[in-house]
Amino acid sequence: MWTAVLLACVGCYLLKLAGLSLPERVLAHPTVERVADLIPVALLAALVAVQVFSSGPELGVDARVLGLGFAVVALLLRMPFLVVVVGASVVAALARLV
Amino acid sequence: MSDAALTPAERSAIVRDSLAVGVATGAYGLGFGAVSVASGLSVAQTCVLSLLMFTGASQFAMVGVVAAGGAPVSGAATALLLGTRNTLYGLRMAPLLRWRGWRRAAAAHVLIDESTAMGVNRETTEGVRLGFLTTGLSVFVLWNLATAVGAVAGEAIGDPRTFGLDAAVGAAFLALLWPRLRDPRNVLVAVLAAAVALAAVPVTAAGVPVLAAGGVAVLVGVIGKRQDPTEIPGPDDVAGRHH
Repeated sequence: MWTAVLLACVGCYLLKLAGLSLPERVLAHPTVERVADLIPVALLAALVAVQVFSSGPELGVDARVLGLGFAVVALLLRMPFLVVVVGASVVAALARLV
Repeated sequence: MSDAALTPAERSAIVRDSLAVGVATGAYGLGFGAVSVASGLSVAQTCVLSLLMFTGASQFAMVGVVAAGGAPVSGAATALLLGTRNTLYGLRMAPLLRWRGWRRAAAAHVLIDESTAMGVNRETTEGVRLGFLTTGLSVFVLWNLATAVGAVAGEAIGDPRTFGLDAAVGAAFLALLWPRLRDPRNVLVAVLAAAVALAAVPVTAAGVPVLAAGGVAVLVGVIGKRQDPTEIPGPDDVAGRHH
Protein backbone atom coordinates (compact mmCIF):
# COMPACT_ATOMS: atom_id res chain seq x y z
CA MET A 1 0.00 0.00 0.00
CA TRP A 2 2.79 2.44 0.88
CA THR A 3 4.42 1.95 -2.52
CA ALA A 4 1.18 2.69 -4.35
CA VAL A 5 0.52 5.73 -2.14
CA LEU A 6 3.96 7.23 -2.71
CA LEU A 7 4.06 6.46 -6.45
CA ALA A 8 0.66 8.08 -6.92
CA CYS A 9 1.79 11.11 -4.89
CA VAL A 10 4.93 11.61 -6.97
CA GLY A 11 2.99 11.03 -10.20
CA CYS A 12 0.31 13.56 -9.30
CA TYR A 13 2.95 16.18 -8.49
CA LEU A 14 4.76 15.57 -11.79
CA LEU A 15 1.45 15.94 -13.66
CA LYS A 16 0.96 19.34 -12.02
CA LEU A 17 4.55 20.42 -12.72
CA ALA A 18 4.28 19.25 -16.33
CA GLY A 19 1.27 21.50 -16.79
CA LEU A 20 3.18 24.56 -15.60
CA SER A 21 6.32 23.64 -17.56
CA LEU A 22 5.19 22.33 -20.95
CA PRO A 23 4.57 24.73 -23.83
CA GLU A 24 0.88 25.42 -24.38
CA ARG A 25 0.90 23.96 -27.89
CA VAL A 26 1.00 20.43 -26.41
CA LEU A 27 -2.75 20.72 -26.08
CA ALA A 28 -3.18 22.15 -29.56
CA HIS A 29 -4.42 18.82 -30.90
CA PRO A 30 -8.22 18.96 -30.56
CA THR A 31 -8.61 15.20 -29.97
CA VAL A 32 -6.11 15.25 -27.09
CA GLU A 33 -7.91 18.19 -25.59
CA ARG A 34 -11.35 16.60 -25.90
CA VAL A 35 -10.18 13.34 -24.34
CA ALA A 36 -8.43 15.19 -21.53
CA ASP A 37 -11.61 17.14 -20.78
CA LEU A 38 -13.78 14.03 -20.76
CA ILE A 39 -11.58 11.80 -18.60
CA PRO A 40 -12.54 13.43 -15.27
CA VAL A 41 -16.22 13.33 -16.24
CA ALA A 42 -16.09 9.62 -17.06
CA LEU A 43 -14.02 8.63 -14.04
CA LEU A 44 -16.05 10.64 -11.53
CA ALA A 45 -19.33 9.28 -12.92
CA ALA A 46 -17.97 5.73 -12.75
CA LEU A 47 -16.77 6.29 -9.18
CA VAL A 48 -20.22 7.54 -8.15
CA ALA A 49 -21.87 4.48 -9.70
CA VAL A 50 -19.42 1.96 -8.25
CA GLN A 51 -19.41 3.53 -4.78
CA VAL A 52 -23.17 3.60 -4.54
CA PHE A 53 -24.38 0.50 -6.37
CA SER A 54 -21.73 -2.16 -5.71
CA SER A 55 -20.57 -4.22 -2.75
CA GLY A 56 -17.50 -6.17 -3.77
CA PRO A 57 -18.36 -7.96 -7.03
CA GLU A 58 -22.13 -7.61 -6.54
CA LEU A 59 -24.51 -4.91 -7.68
CA GLY A 60 -27.35 -3.84 -5.44
CA VAL A 61 -29.37 -1.03 -3.95
CA ASP A 62 -29.16 -0.09 -0.27
CA ALA A 63 -29.21 2.94 2.02
CA ARG A 64 -26.39 4.55 0.02
CA VAL A 65 -28.88 5.31 -2.78
CA LEU A 66 -30.91 7.46 -0.38
CA GLY A 67 -27.70 9.26 0.54
CA LEU A 68 -27.03 9.91 -3.15
CA GLY A 69 -30.61 11.13 -3.57
CA PHE A 70 -30.03 13.64 -0.81
CA ALA A 71 -26.80 14.73 -2.51
CA VAL A 72 -28.64 15.40 -5.79
CA VAL A 73 -31.26 17.54 -4.05
CA ALA A 74 -28.61 19.42 -2.05
CA LEU A 75 -26.59 20.10 -5.21
CA LEU A 76 -29.70 21.31 -7.07
CA LEU A 77 -30.26 23.73 -4.16
CA ARG A 78 -26.62 24.85 -4.50
CA MET A 79 -25.73 23.79 -0.97
CA PRO A 80 -22.04 23.87 0.03
CA PHE A 81 -19.85 20.78 -0.41
CA LEU A 82 -19.79 19.90 3.25
CA VAL A 83 -23.60 19.90 3.55
CA VAL A 84 -23.85 17.62 0.50
CA VAL A 85 -21.36 15.08 1.87
CA VAL A 86 -22.31 15.11 5.56
CA GLY A 87 -26.02 15.15 4.71
CA ALA A 88 -25.64 12.10 2.47
CA SER A 89 -23.94 10.19 5.32
CA VAL A 90 -26.59 11.20 7.83
CA VAL A 91 -29.42 10.16 5.49
CA ALA A 92 -27.81 6.77 4.85
CA ALA A 93 -27.10 6.20 8.55
CA LEU A 94 -30.69 7.14 9.51
CA ALA A 95 -32.11 4.88 6.80
CA ARG A 96 -30.19 1.95 8.26
CA LEU A 97 -31.65 2.63 11.70
CA VAL A 98 -35.22 2.43 10.40
CA MET B 1 -2.79 40.67 -18.83
CA SER B 2 -1.51 43.89 -17.34
CA ASP B 3 1.27 44.51 -14.85
CA ALA B 4 -0.74 47.18 -13.02
CA ALA B 5 -0.60 47.07 -9.23
CA LEU B 6 -3.73 46.16 -7.28
CA THR B 7 -5.41 48.72 -5.05
CA PRO B 8 -5.63 47.79 -1.34
CA ALA B 9 -9.38 47.21 -1.76
CA GLU B 10 -8.83 44.83 -4.68
CA ARG B 11 -6.17 42.97 -2.74
CA SER B 12 -8.35 42.47 0.32
CA ALA B 13 -11.33 41.39 -1.82
CA ILE B 14 -9.20 38.70 -3.51
CA VAL B 15 -7.74 37.56 -0.19
CA ARG B 16 -11.18 37.43 1.46
CA ASP B 17 -12.74 35.39 -1.36
CA SER B 18 -9.76 33.05 -1.49
CA LEU B 19 -9.78 32.42 2.25
CA ALA B 20 -13.51 31.65 2.12
CA VAL B 21 -12.81 28.97 -0.47
CA GLY B 22 -9.90 27.72 1.62
CA VAL B 23 -12.06 27.31 4.72
CA ALA B 24 -14.93 25.63 2.88
CA THR B 25 -12.68 23.22 1.00
CA GLY B 26 -10.43 22.57 3.97
CA ALA B 27 -13.37 21.54 6.13
CA TYR B 28 -14.15 18.94 3.52
CA GLY B 29 -10.81 17.32 4.41
CA LEU B 30 -12.53 15.99 7.55
CA GLY B 31 -14.59 13.77 5.29
CA PHE B 32 -11.54 12.63 3.37
CA GLY B 33 -9.65 11.71 6.55
CA ALA B 34 -12.53 9.71 7.96
CA VAL B 35 -13.35 7.96 4.67
CA SER B 36 -9.71 7.10 3.99
CA VAL B 37 -9.17 5.42 7.34
CA ALA B 38 -12.52 3.66 6.99
CA SER B 39 -11.31 2.37 3.59
CA GLY B 40 -8.39 0.59 5.22
CA LEU B 41 -5.52 3.07 4.94
CA SER B 42 -3.59 3.95 8.09
CA VAL B 43 -3.71 7.42 9.65
CA ALA B 44 -0.13 7.99 8.41
CA GLN B 45 -0.96 6.94 4.82
CA THR B 46 -4.03 9.18 4.90
CA CYS B 47 -2.02 12.19 6.06
CA VAL B 48 0.73 11.54 3.49
CA LEU B 49 -1.89 11.55 0.71
CA SER B 50 -3.13 14.98 1.78
CA LEU B 51 0.39 16.36 2.25
CA LEU B 52 2.01 15.00 -0.91
CA MET B 53 -0.73 14.12 -3.40
CA PHE B 54 -2.85 17.13 -2.40
CA THR B 55 -5.56 16.91 -5.04
CA GLY B 56 -8.91 15.96 -3.57
CA ALA B 57 -10.52 14.00 -6.39
CA SER B 58 -7.44 11.81 -6.87
CA GLN B 59 -7.19 11.20 -3.13
CA PHE B 60 -10.85 10.16 -2.91
CA ALA B 61 -10.41 7.99 -6.01
CA MET B 62 -7.41 6.21 -4.52
CA VAL B 63 -9.18 5.37 -1.25
CA GLY B 64 -12.48 4.67 -3.03
CA VAL B 65 -10.93 1.99 -5.22
CA VAL B 66 -9.13 0.47 -2.24
CA ALA B 67 -12.37 0.54 -0.21
CA ALA B 68 -14.13 -1.38 -3.00
CA GLY B 69 -11.48 -4.10 -2.63
CA GLY B 70 -9.30 -2.98 -5.54
CA ALA B 71 -5.56 -3.48 -5.67
CA PRO B 72 -3.59 -0.44 -4.44
CA VAL B 73 -2.06 -0.15 -7.92
CA SER B 74 -5.54 0.22 -9.50
CA GLY B 75 -6.22 2.95 -6.96
CA ALA B 76 -2.98 4.67 -7.90
CA ALA B 77 -3.79 4.41 -11.64
CA THR B 78 -7.23 5.96 -11.12
CA ALA B 79 -5.70 8.74 -9.00
CA LEU B 80 -3.14 9.50 -11.73
CA LEU B 81 -5.77 9.57 -14.49
CA LEU B 82 -7.81 12.06 -12.49
CA GLY B 83 -4.60 13.99 -11.81
CA THR B 84 -4.20 14.71 -15.55
CA ARG B 85 -6.86 17.38 -14.98
CA ASN B 86 -4.26 19.40 -13.07
CA THR B 87 -1.94 19.27 -16.09
CA LEU B 88 -4.62 21.07 -18.10
CA TYR B 89 -4.96 23.68 -15.36
CA GLY B 90 -1.18 24.13 -15.39
CA LEU B 91 -1.09 24.71 -19.15
CA ARG B 92 -3.73 27.41 -18.69
CA MET B 93 -2.14 29.00 -15.60
CA ALA B 94 1.55 29.01 -16.65
CA PRO B 95 1.33 32.08 -18.93
CA LEU B 96 -0.80 33.90 -16.32
CA LEU B 97 1.39 33.19 -13.30
CA ARG B 98 4.66 33.71 -15.20
CA TRP B 99 6.82 32.00 -12.58
CA ARG B 100 10.10 30.19 -13.24
CA GLY B 101 12.55 28.05 -11.29
CA TRP B 102 11.79 27.15 -7.67
CA ARG B 103 8.70 29.36 -7.58
CA ARG B 104 7.18 27.35 -10.42
CA ALA B 105 8.15 24.06 -8.74
CA ALA B 106 6.56 25.20 -5.47
CA ALA B 107 3.46 26.61 -7.18
CA ALA B 108 2.91 23.24 -8.89
CA HIS B 109 2.16 21.63 -5.55
CA VAL B 110 -0.84 23.90 -4.90
CA LEU B 111 -2.10 23.71 -8.50
CA ILE B 112 -5.61 22.35 -7.90
CA ASP B 113 -9.21 23.05 -8.95
CA GLU B 114 -9.75 25.73 -6.33
CA SER B 115 -6.51 27.70 -6.78
CA THR B 116 -7.01 27.65 -10.57
CA ALA B 117 -10.60 28.82 -10.26
CA MET B 118 -9.69 31.70 -7.94
CA GLY B 119 -6.70 32.80 -9.99
CA VAL B 120 -7.70 32.36 -13.62
CA ASN B 121 -10.14 35.24 -14.05
CA ARG B 122 -8.03 38.07 -12.60
CA GLU B 123 -7.02 40.99 -14.79
CA THR B 124 -3.43 41.47 -13.61
CA THR B 125 -0.48 39.16 -13.00
CA GLU B 126 -0.43 40.25 -9.36
CA GLY B 127 -4.13 39.43 -9.01
CA VAL B 128 -3.67 35.99 -10.58
CA ARG B 129 -0.76 35.22 -8.26
CA LEU B 130 -2.54 36.52 -5.17
CA GLY B 131 -5.77 34.59 -5.83
CA PHE B 132 -3.88 31.43 -6.78
CA LEU B 133 -1.49 31.47 -3.82
CA THR B 134 -3.91 32.59 -1.12
CA THR B 135 -6.41 29.93 -2.17
CA GLY B 136 -3.79 27.22 -2.68
CA LEU B 137 -2.04 27.81 0.63
CA SER B 138 -5.18 28.21 2.73
CA VAL B 139 -6.68 25.05 1.23
CA PHE B 140 -3.36 23.24 1.81
CA VAL B 141 -3.11 24.17 5.51
CA LEU B 142 -6.76 23.55 6.35
CA TRP B 143 -7.12 20.44 4.20
CA ASN B 144 -4.17 18.82 5.97
CA LEU B 145 -5.32 19.81 9.47
CA ALA B 146 -8.82 18.56 8.73
CA THR B 147 -7.49 15.33 7.21
CA ALA B 148 -5.56 14.54 10.38
CA VAL B 149 -8.57 15.23 12.61
CA GLY B 150 -10.88 13.23 10.31
CA ALA B 151 -8.45 10.31 10.17
CA VAL B 152 -8.17 10.06 13.95
CA ALA B 153 -11.94 10.37 14.29
CA GLY B 154 -12.44 7.78 11.56
CA GLU B 155 -10.25 5.34 13.43
CA ALA B 156 -12.49 5.79 16.48
CA ILE B 157 -15.61 5.20 14.35
CA GLY B 158 -14.35 1.91 12.90
CA ASP B 159 -16.98 0.49 10.53
CA PRO B 160 -17.64 3.08 7.78
CA ARG B 161 -21.30 2.07 7.66
CA THR B 162 -21.91 3.28 11.22
CA PHE B 163 -22.32 6.94 10.30
CA GLY B 164 -23.08 6.37 6.65
CA LEU B 165 -19.49 7.21 5.65
CA ASP B 166 -19.77 4.74 2.76
CA ALA B 167 -22.53 6.94 1.32
CA ALA B 168 -20.38 10.05 1.78
CA VAL B 169 -17.89 8.87 -0.86
CA GLY B 170 -20.49 8.65 -3.63
CA ALA B 171 -21.85 12.06 -2.65
CA ALA B 172 -18.33 13.52 -2.69
CA PHE B 173 -17.69 12.27 -6.23
CA LEU B 174 -21.08 13.57 -7.37
CA ALA B 175 -20.29 17.00 -5.91
CA LEU B 176 -16.99 17.05 -7.82
CA LEU B 177 -18.74 15.97 -11.02
CA TRP B 178 -21.71 18.34 -10.69
CA PRO B 179 -20.25 21.58 -12.16
CA ARG B 180 -19.26 19.65 -15.30
CA LEU B 181 -22.80 18.41 -15.94
CA ARG B 182 -24.00 21.73 -17.38
CA ASP B 183 -22.70 20.48 -20.74
CA PRO B 184 -25.12 17.95 -22.33
CA ARG B 185 -22.22 16.05 -23.93
CA ASN B 186 -20.69 15.57 -20.50
CA VAL B 187 -24.01 14.22 -19.18
CA LEU B 188 -24.00 11.65 -21.99
CA VAL B 189 -20.41 10.64 -21.19
CA ALA B 190 -21.21 10.44 -17.47
CA VAL B 191 -24.21 8.15 -18.04
CA LEU B 192 -22.26 5.92 -20.45
CA ALA B 193 -19.28 5.74 -18.11
CA ALA B 194 -21.46 4.83 -15.12
CA ALA B 195 -23.15 2.11 -17.19
CA VAL B 196 -19.84 0.67 -18.38
CA ALA B 197 -18.45 0.68 -14.85
CA LEU B 198 -21.50 -1.08 -13.39
CA ALA B 199 -21.51 -3.65 -16.20
CA ALA B 200 -17.87 -4.39 -15.43
CA VAL B 201 -18.33 -4.74 -11.66
CA PRO B 202 -19.45 -8.40 -11.58
CA VAL B 203 -16.90 -9.58 -14.16
CA THR B 204 -13.67 -7.75 -13.36
CA ALA B 205 -11.41 -7.18 -10.36
CA ALA B 206 -12.29 -4.21 -8.17
CA GLY B 207 -10.71 -1.03 -9.46
CA VAL B 208 -10.91 -2.13 -13.10
CA PRO B 209 -14.51 -0.90 -13.71
CA VAL B 210 -13.54 2.71 -13.06
CA LEU B 211 -10.52 2.49 -15.36
CA ALA B 212 -12.67 0.81 -18.04
CA ALA B 213 -15.08 3.75 -17.83
CA GLY B 214 -12.14 6.00 -18.71
CA GLY B 215 -12.30 4.25 -22.11
CA VAL B 216 -15.64 5.96 -22.71
CA ALA B 217 -13.89 9.32 -22.46
CA VAL B 218 -11.26 8.26 -24.98
CA LEU B 219 -13.88 6.86 -27.37
CA VAL B 220 -16.18 9.89 -27.27
CA GLY B 221 -13.19 12.23 -27.45
CA VAL B 222 -11.81 10.50 -30.54
CA ILE B 223 -15.08 10.19 -32.48
CA GLY B 224 -16.46 13.56 -31.30
CA LYS B 225 -15.90 16.40 -33.73
CA ARG B 226 -16.85 19.44 -31.74
CA GLN B 227 -14.21 22.06 -31.02
CA ASP B 228 -14.34 23.51 -27.55
CA PRO B 229 -12.01 25.25 -25.15
CA THR B 230 -10.42 23.42 -22.24
CA GLU B 231 -12.73 23.32 -19.26
CA ILE B 232 -11.31 25.36 -16.43
CA PRO B 233 -13.32 25.78 -13.23
CA GLY B 234 -14.54 29.30 -12.58
CA PRO B 235 -15.07 30.92 -9.17
CA ASP B 236 -18.67 29.65 -9.06
CA ASP B 237 -17.57 26.04 -9.39
CA VAL B 238 -15.72 25.72 -6.11
CA ALA B 239 -16.81 25.23 -2.54
CA GLY B 240 -17.60 28.38 -0.60
CA ARG B 241 -18.63 30.26 -3.74
CA HIS B 242 -22.03 28.73 -4.32
CA HIS B 243 -23.99 31.89 -3.52
